[in-house]
Parts: sequence; structure tokens; C-alpha cells
Amino acid sequence: MISLWRDMNRRGQVVLVVAVLAMLLAPVVATRYLLSVLTLILYFVYVGQAWNLMMGYAGQLSLGHALYVGLGGYVAAGLWVHFGIGPWLGVIPAVAIAAAFGAFIGWLAFRFGIEGVYFSLLTIAFAEFTRIGFDHIGPLGGAGGLFIPYQESRLGEWWNLRGGQLFFYYLAFVLAGAAVLLTAWLARSRLGHQWMAIREDETAARALGIDVFRAKMKAVLISSAMTAVGGVFYAFYYNNLFPAQVFEMSRSIELILGPIVGGLGTVFGPVIGAFVLTPLGELLIAVTDKAGLNAPGAKAIFFGLVLMIIIYLVPGGVWPWLSRRLGLVRRRS
Amino acid sequence: MLSIWLNVVVQGVLTGLLYGLMALGLSAIFGVVRLVNFAHGEFAVVAMYAAFVLFRAWGVDPLWSMLPIAAVFFVVGFALQRTLINAFVGRPDYQQFILLVGVAIVLVNGLLIVFGPDAQPANLPYAFDSYLVGPLIIDKVRVYAAVAALAVCAALFGFFRFTRTGTAIRACADNLVGAAVVGLDVRRLYAVTFGIGLACVGAAGALMVTIADPVPGLGPAYTLLAFTIVIIGGLGSMAGALVAGLLIGVSEAVAGFLIAPSMKSMFSFALLIAVLVLRPQGLLGKKPA
Amino acid sequence: MTALLQVSGVGKRFRGLVAVDRVSFTVAAGEIFAVIGPNGAGKTTLFNMIAGVLKPNQGSIAFRGERIDGLTPDAVCRRGVARTFQIVRPFPALTVEDNVVIGALLHRTDMEAARRHARDVLATLDLHDKRDIVASSLTLPDRKRLELARALATDPKLLLLDEVMAGLRPTETDRMVDILRRINREMGTTILLIEHVMRAVMALAGHMLVLHHGAPIAQGKPEEVVRDAKVISSYLGAEAAP
Ligand SMILES: Nc1ncnc2c1ncn2[C@@H]1O[C@H](COP(=O)(O)OP(=O)(O)O)[C@@H](O)[C@H]1O
Ligand SMILES: [Mg+2]
Repeated sequence: MISLWRDMNRRGQVVLVVAVLAMLLAPVVATRYLLSVLTLILYFVYVGQAWNLMMGYAGQLSLGHALYVGLGGYVAAGLWVHFGIGPWLGVIPAVAIAAAFGAFIGWLAFRFGIEGVYFSLLTIAFAEFTRIGFDHIGPLGGAGGLFIPYQESRLGEWWNLRGGQLFFYYLAFVLAGAAVLLTAWLARSRLGHQWMAIREDETAARALGIDVFRAKMKAVLISSAMTAVGGVFYAFYYNNLFPAQVFEMSRSIELILGPIVGGLGTVFGPVIGAFVLTPLGELLIAVTDKAGLNAPGAKAIFFGLVLMIIIYLVPGGVWPWLSRRLGLVRRRS
Repeated sequence: MLSIWLNVVVQGVLTGLLYGLMALGLSAIFGVVRLVNFAHGEFAVVAMYAAFVLFRAWGVDPLWSMLPIAAVFFVVGFALQRTLINAFVGRPDYQQFILLVGVAIVLVNGLLIVFGPDAQPANLPYAFDSYLVGPLIIDKVRVYAAVAALAVCAALFGFFRFTRTGTAIRACADNLVGAAVVGLDVRRLYAVTFGIGLACVGAAGALMVTIADPVPGLGPAYTLLAFTIVIIGGLGSMAGALVAGLLIGVSEAVAGFLIAPSMKSMFSFALLIAVLVLRPQGLLGKKPA
Repeated sequence: MTALLQVSGVGKRFRGLVAVDRVSFTVAAGEIFAVIGPNGAGKTTLFNMIAGVLKPNQGSIAFRGERIDGLTPDAVCRRGVARTFQIVRPFPALTVEDNVVIGALLHRTDMEAARRHARDVLATLDLHDKRDIVASSLTLPDRKRLELARALATDPKLLLLDEVMAGLRPTETDRMVDILRRINREMGTTILLIEHVMRAVMALAGHMLVLHHGAPIAQGKPEEVVRDAKVISSYLGAEAAP
């Protein structure tokens, strides 16, 4: 974390401090709508960062991360709705179950040598499998969805994640900040270097004594556990969960857009990606609504085009290019 | 009792032939160009809508419109490979993958804007006719579509076996460097292959209209289905794609009948996972050296 | 001298093709041992068996008295055997320093310590000036040295070098010979190398083994081996004739 700071030059440090202060003070001036957009951005920073650890650093392309969001959300919401167990406690089994799924998928893939495209398809298959399964789990609402009841009387119970927009904004801020710091720390750790070695060349990594299976397992475990926490946030923020929505592949795609556009395998890529894409999406909805077009479709088309253009022109993402142009990082000498 | 089962299986076989044709296109692209066409199912749905529009507007039967649709798709595929996708040859896998995810998103949502999210029945005049063969009741449309799919498959097998371009493409798939060394124009062959792959999916999509109503949301589901079939059948094995298509068609029909129609694709995913783990080269694929 | 590596009757077949045919030799601690032979003689296959990439069909390999054949490559490396690849495989998107840090992290958990060690190794190999360059933009001679640096950073007792001089110009070759000699003398690292450049082998190796079609045809001190009639006819040909 200290080295994250040290690697930035004076200008980079100033930009970072100003940005953090602005985010902390934003609720003073922001409207409720703006605050909800910012909350959404921070949520995508968080889950994007979780995915970035696995793909950007360890090089394992999961296209089924919605699985962990959904599992985390459903477990915590189910415990709350049926047993009155609050999310601060519920997050533990939520994370445990998502991580167990992650561990199982990872074990299957890495033990049996399912790599590259096949690995991606395996992750999709598990997410889809689970989605259809949840359509049929009665106690969790099935296809009709699971709702967390809105209770006026409990509104102040922040310890049960029953808060207003402001509460969720700061919660998202803490989550996103923690994810960035964790990534920065991991990226410079021994494990982070092992991941990057595996991402670059698995055979060479093995020849340097790296236990590839273990390192990859750690990547799925950390990533799925982190993502599940995001799922708990999602469930209590939106108060509803539908299998067709939370587990769907487009959700997995939505979650990976930020890191890809921002820059895979960088600490700030997912941050920049979320701050660029989410507002653009909102703007587009506003514009198309005015024009009377079918807004969801238009927004998605726009994202599809952004994805194609970015991967065509700047496959490394916006952040590496931006930070160089603006001179925000120190060239190590 | 037996006759019910027979009906279910026959229906699965007929549907499976369409699946097989669609997967054949993916298999060719995957096997030769080594490109993960993640927009495959979306192209199938575009073809469905094309056939749907042709039928609604001018009453062209999908059994006929599949020919011009396949032709147009060939041109689109050829052009796409020549321009956009060619720039990605030699880049990391995931970049191609993401490019095509982008294409898929654009296609599905384009359809969503133009046609809306709801299913639109084509209402073919013979949609409810059926043949009675002993205890079997077989939908006429399924038989027509399956026969047409078989015909396209046969043409394709013929192309790859007996034409010069076809054998050249197979040479590319087997040994890329060798193919380039003996002077084959690999880039053109790639474009032809991508064109053929899309023509397959165009024909399959057009025929699909006879048994399913077009919905934009089908795109990702068909993409997954096609990948499932190709992987189960074995990468690079065209016969494998057909066999696996039949297998998936039958298993979905049986699972839909036994458990619940909404859970039938769980069955396919379970099968996919099992094949990935137990026999990664697929049922008919060759073991990698 | 004690035997560091003992290869006993090791053989490997690929679908009928005998790539390595019952090869035995001993590498003593502290020496430089060379394996030579024409292309396709089975040298890389032999290395891959020692490094744990391939499992021998017969025979055994012992390192410091313990069997290592059949272990995974990472386990072999953790015991102190590091290797380079004939076709170099740097981590392309990482800096030269990070490439070497990854090697240094094998027996170090502290990042600062690993970084310091990596810089020492880079200095030994004349790569210190290039440490912030990404590996993909290095020239071939630099890549070859990076490959060596990375392996060396794991503090191996035994270094397996697969044609580290192939493709280098004579001046570069001399530089590499110099570096290898320094590694051997100053760090006490035992070196087992596959080499085509006879001049380098003669200058470096204390013992050598000649492979031909997988089989050992001569073994001993370099000056004895080059006089061996079989070796001259099968491999050295006119090149070695006086
Ligand atoms: N993985 C493999 N599969 C099949 N044959 C192989 C494999 N690796 C090497 N060979 C064959 O084994 C023989 C020895 O190869 P190799 O050990 O690379 O020779 P060298 O390094 O001495 O040039 C060659 O005939 C080569 O074609
Ligand atoms: Mg070799």
C-alpha cells in the first residue's frame, strides 16, 4: 500500500487525494440520483476488482462471476428473510458457500487441465446451471424472485444493512476502497508475482518452482469470496433477487467490462473503467429516453460497441495509456 | 408407454439435427480459424428473424428462404473475417473472445430494439400437421426441417471432402504452418471458413423458425448450446458435432419430459461439465498429442 | 568429489521412437558437465526428464541422493534444480527485474529481500541497466541472459542450461562463457549444459557426454572425447578435424 503511494509522482498523489476527498464529500452536494449513480459505480469498482484479481493478475478468464454475486446475495438474503439472521453474520456463510463453489470449479478445472476457452465455458456452464437450479428452489422464491421486505420501522438499523442511500453510498465507498488497497497489496506480494508468472507463461512459472495449482486455487478462492460480499451488498441494496437477473451471463459480462476497458491487471484500471462506463450508460439512458427509444437495448449496444472498439484499439485498457499521458506514475529508475 | 417414449426420442432426434447443423458451423470456425465465435447463437437468432420477416412479409417458406439467408450470411462471415477479425489473429485468445462478446451484445440488442423482447410466432400453414407412423405422431415441420438440415450437412461434408478449397481448409486445420509453406492462401481460406460457418448457422437459424418462435434472448442460450455440442462432439470433428447435436436434442427432450421443460438445459450443462472433466477431447475427437 | 546428480539407465520413448536410450552419467558437485550431440539426439528430452517435465520410461534420476524422477517440475525446482528453456520463455509483459524477482521469491517470502537478490543477479549478468524494460522488448542475447538470470535467482545447486549460446554471435558467446565460469566459480553452482558451440564446451566443461540417436556414444574429459573416432564421424565431422 505504501509502495502504491510511492510509485506515484507528486501529481499522481495530488490527483488521488483530491479524488478521494471529492468522493467523501460528494453527498454534501450530490442529489439523490447522483448518489445512486456513484453508489453503482463504486459497486462496479468493487466487483470489477475482484474479477481483475483472477483474470488481470492470475490470467484465468471467468465469464461466470455472476454466480458468486448471486450465491452471496441469495444466502445472506435467505438467512435474513427466513431466520432473521443479519447480513453482518450472514456474510460469513454467504462467502463460505460462494468460495466453496469457486473452489470446486477451480479444482475441476485446474486438476483436469481445463484451460483457456474451455475454462471460460466451464464457468459459464456452472453459472447457467445454478441459475436454472435457483428457478426451482421454492424457499428462495424460485423464478418469481426473493424479496427483502421493506420495513419502515427498521430503516435505521445500519447493522442489518437497513439504511438509506447515504448509508449504502459510504458502504460502497469502503468496499471499493478496500478492494483497491487489497489489489495494490496483492499485486506487490509474493502471491501476486506468482499469479503474474502463471498468467504470462505457466510452463515457465512451474520451472521456477511455483506450485501453479495452489496459486490458481488461491486466485479463485479470493476472487469468489470477494465477489460474494458484493452479492450481499447487491441483495440488501436492491432488496430483490431474481435468478434470471442475478445469475445471467449478461451480468457476468457487465461486471467484467470495467476492468477490461480500464485496464486488466492494473490497480486503477477497474476504477477508471467503472467511472467511465457507468455514467456513460446512465447518460445514454437519459438521452434515449428523451428520444423515446428502447433504452435498455440502446445502452447495451453502446457497451457492446465500446467493448469492440477498446479491445481493437487499446487492448491494454485506458488506464495505462491515461496515466502515461497525464504523467501520474513515476518511472522507476 | 413405449410409444410416448418413442415420440419423445423421435422429436429429440429431429430437433437435434437442427442443433447439429448450427454446431457444425461453430465447429468449422473453431476447428479451422481457432476463433471462439462467441456470437454464434446470436447469428442464429438473426437468421431466425430474417426467415420470420421473409415469411410474414412475402410468405416465403423458411425451407426456401434458408438458401438466400445462408448466402448472405456467407458474405457477411467472409467480410467480417477479412476485416475485423483478421486484425485479431495472433492476439491472445481472450481478446478475440471479448471482441465477439461485443458483437453478440450488439446483435441481440439490435434485435431487441427492432423486434421487442417478446416471442413472435411465425404461424406456418402446416405448423400443426403431422404424420402418423404406427404409434408415432411426428410433426411435419420437424421432419421438413430435419431433412433440410441433413441435406445441408451432406453438402458440407461433400464440400470438405471433394472440393479443392475444402481439402485445403482441412489441411489448414491439421497443420497451419505446413499449409502456409505449400502456398495455400491461409487468410482467404480462413475467410471462406468463417463464411461457411456463418452460412451453416444462417441455414440452421432459418429452419429453427419452423419449430421455435424467435426471441432475442435466445441468442446467448444458442451460443452456449452450440459450444456444448461442439465440445461434447469433439473439437474439429464434424461428425462429432452432428452426433452430439442428436445426443443433446434427445437428452433435452427426455429431460424435458421426465423432469420439467424449464430444467432441460441443466441436463446439457451437466453433460458439458462431465465431458470437459472426463473426456476433454470430446466423444469423437482425437486425443491431442 | 561427491555425486550431485546421478542419472542411471534413463530411457524415454515417444510412440515407438526411442528419444533417449538408457543413458547413465554422474555430475559431481561444483563441476561443469556438458551434453552434446546433433539435433534430435535426445538432449532436451533428457533435460526434461531431469527437470520433471517428462517421466522416464525406465531408469532413475537421483539428486543429492534422493530420487527425483517423476516429481513435478516445480517440486524439482524447489529441491535446487533450475533450468532454462532452449526456446526462451520470458514473462513478456513483465519487466526484466520482475522476471527475476519471481525466481528470487522461490526461497524468499520478503519482497524487499527478493528484489535485492534479483538486482544482485542482474548485476552479475550485465542486465542491471535494463531492469525496467519489459521483457518482450529485449534482444535475443539479452533474453538468453534473462532466462539464465531467472533460473539463477532461485539459488539452484544445479543449473540445467539448454543451448544458452545458440544464436549468439561470437563476442556474445565469449561473454556468456565468462558469465557461466563466474557463476560456477564464485557461487559454486554446478552446471549441466547442452551446447552446440564446441569452443564454449571445450572452454568450460570438465566432463562431457555425447548422445547420438538417444544413446550415449562417448563420455569423459573433453579433450579425450573429441579424439574419439565415433564422435568425430557421427557428430563433429570436419569441424573437429585438425
Ligand atoms: N513431446 C514429444 N513427442 C514426440 N516426440 C518428441 C517429443 N519431444 C521430442 N521428441 C523427439 O525426440 C527426439 C529427440 O528430441 P530432442 O530431445 O528435442 O533432441 P535435441 O534436444 O537433442 O535436439 C526427436 O526425434 C524429437 O522429434
Ligand atoms: Mg534440444
